[in-house]
Amino acid sequence: MNIVVCVKQVPDTAAKLQVVDSHVTWGDSPLIVNPWDEYAYEEALLLKEKFGGKATAISMGPESAVEALKTCLAVGCDEAYLITDPALKGSDASATALTLAKAVQKLGDVDLVLLGKQAIDGDTGLTAAMLGRHLGWTVLTQVIKIHEIDPAAKTIKVERFMEEGRQVCSAKLPAVVSVIKGINEPRYPSFMGIRKASKATIPNWSIADLGIEASRVGASGAFVAWPEIYPMPLKETKVEWIEGGSPQEIAAKLADKLIAEKVI
Amino acid sequence: MANQVWVYIDQFKGQATPSAWEAVSAAKSVAEQLGSGITALVIGSGVESLAQQAFDVGVDEVVVCEDGSLADFRVEPYAAVFAKVLGEARPKVVIGTASTRVRDLFAYASIDLESGVIVDATGLEIKDGAIVVTRPVYAGKLLCNEVAKKGQPLLVSVRVRAFPPPQSGAGKSGSVTKVSAVLGEDQLTTKVLDYVVEEGEVSVDGAAIIVSGGRGVNGPEGFEPLRALAKVLGGAVGASRAAVDAGWIPYSHQVGQTGKVVSPDLYIACGISGAVQHQAGMRTSKVIVAINKDKDAPIFNLAKYGVVGDLFEIVPALTEEFRKRLGK
Ligand SMILES: Cc1cc2nc3c(=O)[nH]c(=O)nc-3n(C[C@H](O)[C@H](O)[C@H](O)COP(=O)(O)OP(=O)(O)OC[C@H]3O[C@@H](n4cnc5c(N)ncnc54)[C@H](O)[C@@H]3O)c2cc1C
Ligand SMILES: Cc1cc2nc3c(=O)[nH]c(=O)nc-3n(C[C@H](O)[C@H](O)[C@H](O)COP(=O)(O)OP(=O)(O)OC[C@H]3O[C@@H](n4cnc5c(N)ncnc54)[C@H](O)[C@@H]3O)c2cc1C
Repeated sequence: MNIVVCVKQVPDTAAKLQVVDSHVTWGDSPLIVNPWDEYAYEEALLLKEKFGGKATAISMGPESAVEALKTCLAVGCDEAYLITDPALKGSDASATALTLAKAVQKLGDVDLVLLGKQAIDGDTGLTAAMLGRHLGWTVLTQVIKIHEIDPAAKTIKVERFMEEGRQVCSAKLPAVVSVIKGINEPRYPSFMGIRKASKATIPNWSIADLGIEASRVGASGAFVAWPEIYPMPLKETKVEWIEGGSPQEIAAKLADKLIAEKVI
Repeated sequence: MANQVWVYIDQFKGQATPSAWEAVSAAKSVAEQLGSGITALVIGSGVESLAQQAFDVGVDEVVVCEDGSLADFRVEPYAAVFAKVLGEARPKVVIGTASTRVRDLFAYASIDLESGVIVDATGLEIKDGAIVVTRPVYAGKLLCNEVAKKGQPLLVSVRVRAFPPPQSGAGKSGSVTKVSAVLGEDQLTTKVLDYVVEEGEVSVDGAAIIVSGGRGVNGPEGFEPLRALAKVLGGAVGASRAAVDAGWIPYSHQVGQTGKVVSPDLYIACGISGAVQHQAGMRTSKVIVAINKDKDAPIFNLAKYGVVGDLFEIVPALTEEFRKRLGK
């Protein structure tokens, strides 16, 4: 089984974000592996341990994103590639998916591509299905359990997390699968792993290396633009304390308020 | 007539989903200014009755693709129909509710259509003839105004409950165009085998009232008083990640950055401190009530009403109070 894991580097979940002229910064908060992508690399490692083969991590991003790939190597991925090119700046999900698709094709002989459900910055959750379409492969999003894989028959059976419940489906490989929390417990990198990863060289691929024309990616290739970013206008909420001599008195006062709010 | 504004009606087993029609309200908010009527696209099996429902909420035209192979949502055959119909019509925008299905459908079909996708919109506006879409980014800490740069139609999904359900009773009727499926079963790579549904649980998706518990409930049985309150209010039970990770309640109840994003009319947080990652999932709730022992808990910065106290005393008292008032 040859598995590719797509990881994105994002600002820490607890980072205090600042926006100046629609440009987002996060001070000295660390950049981390997108939390959902930890489930993707863990699943890749579990499958590799079961079936043998190779787990390869790829990321598209600025040079700093090499740190996210080092984390992947530290937990046990075999190889990592950084796709970085000034022409990629401003890419939308479609251009990102195209770039990742070209990287998967360049790696060749891939059975499964794993992604996280969503990146916590762009927050679109679009990349997996777009990548699958670019590759012409099966797409299975929001997977909470991989029941079985038959590498010889090239089939996979999964459980997907949907609004109405869990959908169980079987499908053909190769496939693009996005995973969610609950599928596994991501491991931490070992001390040895971190040491090994810190010495590894991670090749950089440019769009020329992937055979992508500059007009198809970056701001020029994007179908959508996000010209204005600003802080969520805070609702002026000053908490109104509900107090009373007994729980019953508090409950009665709160019930009055909520009925007056017309939310019940 | 060629309408510039289309809606895609999300359905499950032939029934429109509770939020599906909200897309029509979003469409109405832009159609008038664009001088356009609204066309609805329905794809599925046993979905023909949805056409009349669409006219009833004010849609002008309906396109239906009815086929046995479309009984369960699968992205390949749905997207093939979607891309074919919209590739021919090329309207300005297609709007759908932001469900898992619609996200996959729009993403997949956009590659064929060579057009853009904007998800989870909370606002739509026409500025200088262009559609400007507002959506939360960075886990709801920031907002973003987005536009199409090229390609048509722009595919926009609207966040559940961001737009009100449209009024029905428009008493309209109009043309229904039938189209056929594009892919045959032998061309599909996926088979749906089963649905596993959690019995007797109200889902937090789209719920108008959510009673949520955190580490403060102190164990699986600590959710019982919350369930009782939710039941009286006709709401769903939510949870913080701390409660889910402790194994007290299944992940499907988790609210937050790595759980569900909800926007109910009323969110009652019980024994939840209010970490930023939890806030990411519930900060847009209309009215937030917090019940917590610690008056300095960050959840009180978000709450409209705060009770400093023991949830095991307050929640049952509240249940009793509402039981009386609501006559249950
Ligand atoms: C404020 C803002 C708003 C945006 N709005 C839109 C929009 O409305 N429409 C649009 O098309 N694009 C939009 N983008 C661009 C989009 O965020 C990026 O193109 C991004 O790389 C893909 O989308 P995402 O971050 O939402 O990832 P998602 O689709 O949410 O990510 C899913 C998974 O894809 C993988 N993945 C995503 N990006 C990468 C990467 N760079 N390298 C490796 N793996 C990756 C990860 O496994 C991740 O878990 C926006 C970006 C910003 C900053
Ligand atoms: C990458 C990442 C993603 C995350 N995603 C999520 C997410 O999706 N959702 C989420 O919720 N969290 C998420 N978290 C975790 C988050 O940071 C917090 O750890 C978590 O929300 C805390 O849960 P809590 O409020 O239940 O617990 P605590 O912070 O421990 O708070 C418990 C509260 O209960 C109160 N309490 C105790 N007993 C009682 C009582 N008897 N009556 C009243 N009050 C009482 C206490 O005063 C305290 O305020 C994420 C974290 C990370 C790093």
